[in-house]
Amino acid sequence: MTDLSFFFEVLIGGLLAGIMYSLVALGFVLIYKASGVFNFAQGAMVFFAALTFVSVVKMGVNFWLALLITLAVMVVLGVSIEKIVLRPLVNQPPITLFMATIGLTFVLEGLSQIVWGSQPHALELGIPDVPMAWLLDTANINISQFDLFASGIAAVLVAALAIFFQYTRIGRALRAVADDHQAAQAVGIPLKHIWAIVWAVAGFVALVAGLMWGARNGVQYALTFIALKALPVLILGGFESIPGAIIGGLIVGASEKLAEVYIGPMVGGGIESWFAYVIALLFLLVRPQGLFGEKIIDRV
Amino acid sequence: MSRAGRIGETVLSVEGVSLAFGGVNALQDVSFDVREHEVRAIIGPNGAGKSSMLNVINGVYHPQHGTIRLRANGAWKEFHDMDPHEAASMGIARTFQNIALFKGMSVLDNVMTGRNLKMRTSFLEQAIWIGRARREELEHRRAAEEVIDFMEIQHIRKTPVGRLPYGLQKRVDLGRALAMEPQVLLLDEPMAGMNVEEKQDMSRFILDVNDEYGTTIVLIEHDMGVVMDISDRVVVLDYGRKIADGTPDEVRADQAVIDAYLGVAH
Repeated sequence: MTDLSFFFEVLIGGLLAGIMYSLVALGFVLIYKASGVFNFAQGAMVFFAALTFVSVVKMGVNFWLALLITLAVMVVLGVSIEKIVLRPLVNQPPITLFMATIGLTFVLEGLSQIVWGSQPHALELGIPDVPMAWLLDTANINISQFDLFASGIAAVLVAALAIFFQYTRIGRALRAVADDHQAAQAVGIPLKHIWAIVWAVAGFVALVAGLMWGARNGVQYALTFIALKALPVLILGGFESIPGAIIGGLIVGASEKLAEVYIGPMVGGGIESWFAYVIALLFLLVRPQGLFGEKIIDRV
Repeated sequence: MSRAGRIGETVLSVEGVSLAFGGVNALQDVSFDVREHEVRAIIGPNGAGKSSMLNVINGVYHPQHGTIRLRANGAWKEFHDMDPHEAASMGIARTFQNIALFKGMSVLDNVMTGRNLKMRTSFLEQAIWIGRARREELEHRRAAEEVIDFMEIQHIRKTPVGRLPYGLQKRVDLGRALAMEPQVLLLDEPMAGMNVEEKQDMSRFILDVNDEYGTTIVLIEHDMGVVMDISDRVVVLDYGRKIADGTPDEVRADQAVIDAYLGVAH
C-alpha cells in the first residue's frame, strides 16, 4: 500500500466516522435553534431509541413495524418532555433549562433500563461492517460498507430536514420562533405547538442516530456518552447551524483519525479519544461562535 | 369614493380599560372605539401609556379592568385573557416599534410567515411535502409576492432582513403584518427614528394600505405632526388617562392636549 492511498483511507474513514457524530449533533442543533435549550439528554434519547428498537425486534416484531413503533415512541417521548419538563420552565434562565435536561438524562437512562433491562444487545441492520470489495481491489483503499451506508442515511436525513425547514410553512414557523418569540406570536405562530414539533423531530433524529450507533458499537449504556462526542462538533460548527453540525462532524472525524495515525505514534498513541476536544478548545479561542454560528455582538 | 365616505360601523371597542404594573397605573379607565376602514391614532407624550394600550389590544398584556370587543364576520367577540397568537387568529396584526423581524430569514420568508394562519395543511403533509402542501405553498407565495410588490421591496426579496437599513426593515415589518390580511392593523410608532423623507414614504404606505386593502388601522405615534395629516380620528393619552378624542383639528385645539404636550404652569 502506498503512503498516499493509506492517507486517503484514513481520511475517508475519518470523514465517514465524522458523519456519525453529525447525526448526534443534529438533534442538539434542532432543539437549540428553536428554543434556545441545550438538551443534555439528547445522548440518553439516542440510547433510549436504540434500546427500544432492539427490544421490540427481540420480541419477534418485524423490522419495519418495529421501526414504526419506535418512531411513535420517540415522538411521544419528545412531545411529553416538552409538555412535562420544559413548558413549566418557560421564561426561566437557560441554565435552569439546561439543569432540567441533565436531570432528564438520568431519568431516561434509568427508565430505559427498568423497562428493557440493562444487558447490552447487538443490533443488526443487514449491512455488514466489511470493506467495500471493489474499492479494495481497484484503489487498495479499505472503506467499510456500513460507514458508507450510514453516511448515505445521514445525507438523506439532512437533505430532508433542509427542505422541511426551507420550504414548508412549519419549517418557516420553526425558524421564525428561533429568531424572535414575540414577533412569531404576533403573526399567529403558536409557540407550544412549534416546540412540541421540534422535540418530536429531535426524537426522530435520535432514533436514526441510535440505530446507526447501535449497529456499530452494540446497544449499551455507553451510547449515552456519544453525546459528549457531539460537543466538539457543536463548538466547531456552531450551535444553531445544521450545515455546521455536518461540517463540524466531518472535521472532528477526519482530524481525530489523522491525528491518531500520524501524531499518535510520537506521543504513544491513544489520542483519538481526546483530540477532538483539543480542536474544540483551540476553536473557542479563535472563533467562539463556531464556523456557522451567529456572531455575538453586544450593543452597549 | 373618498376615504371618509367609506368609514363604517365600529369594529373595535375598548371599554374602561385599566392596567397596572405593581403600583404603577399604566392605563386608567380608557375607552374609545375604532370604526371600519378608518385610520385611528393614539398619541401622547412619553410614558402616556400608548404602547401599553397597543399591547392590551394585541393580547400581550391583560388589563385588570375593562373589556375589549372586536367585531368579526358581523358578530361581536369580547375577550379578556387572550394571547397574541389568539389575537392574530382573530384578525389583529401588528408591527413593532423596535422592529421584531426574523433577522436571519429573507424578506420573502418574513412576509410568508404572515401567511402562517391562512395555511391549513397538516404537519404530516408538510413533512412529506407533496400534493396539497406544495400547492398551498405556491398559492400563498403568490399572495406574499403581491404584498412585496405593494410595499415596493421586490429588489430585496431574497436579502436576509438583518442586512437591510432601518427604513426598509420598517417596510418589511409592515409587509409581514399586511400579508396576514388583518381586519385591524396595529402600528407601533411606524415613523419612529425616521428622517422626513422616510416619514413621508411611510405615511403614503399607510394611506395606501388603508385605501387599497380597506384595512382598519390603529397607530400610535409620539410625533404629532405627521399623525395629524393621515388620521381620521385621534385619541390623546396622558399619564395613562384619555384626555381628548376627536378629529385632528379638534384635538389640536384642545387645551388639555396643548398643556400635556407643552407643559403647563402650576
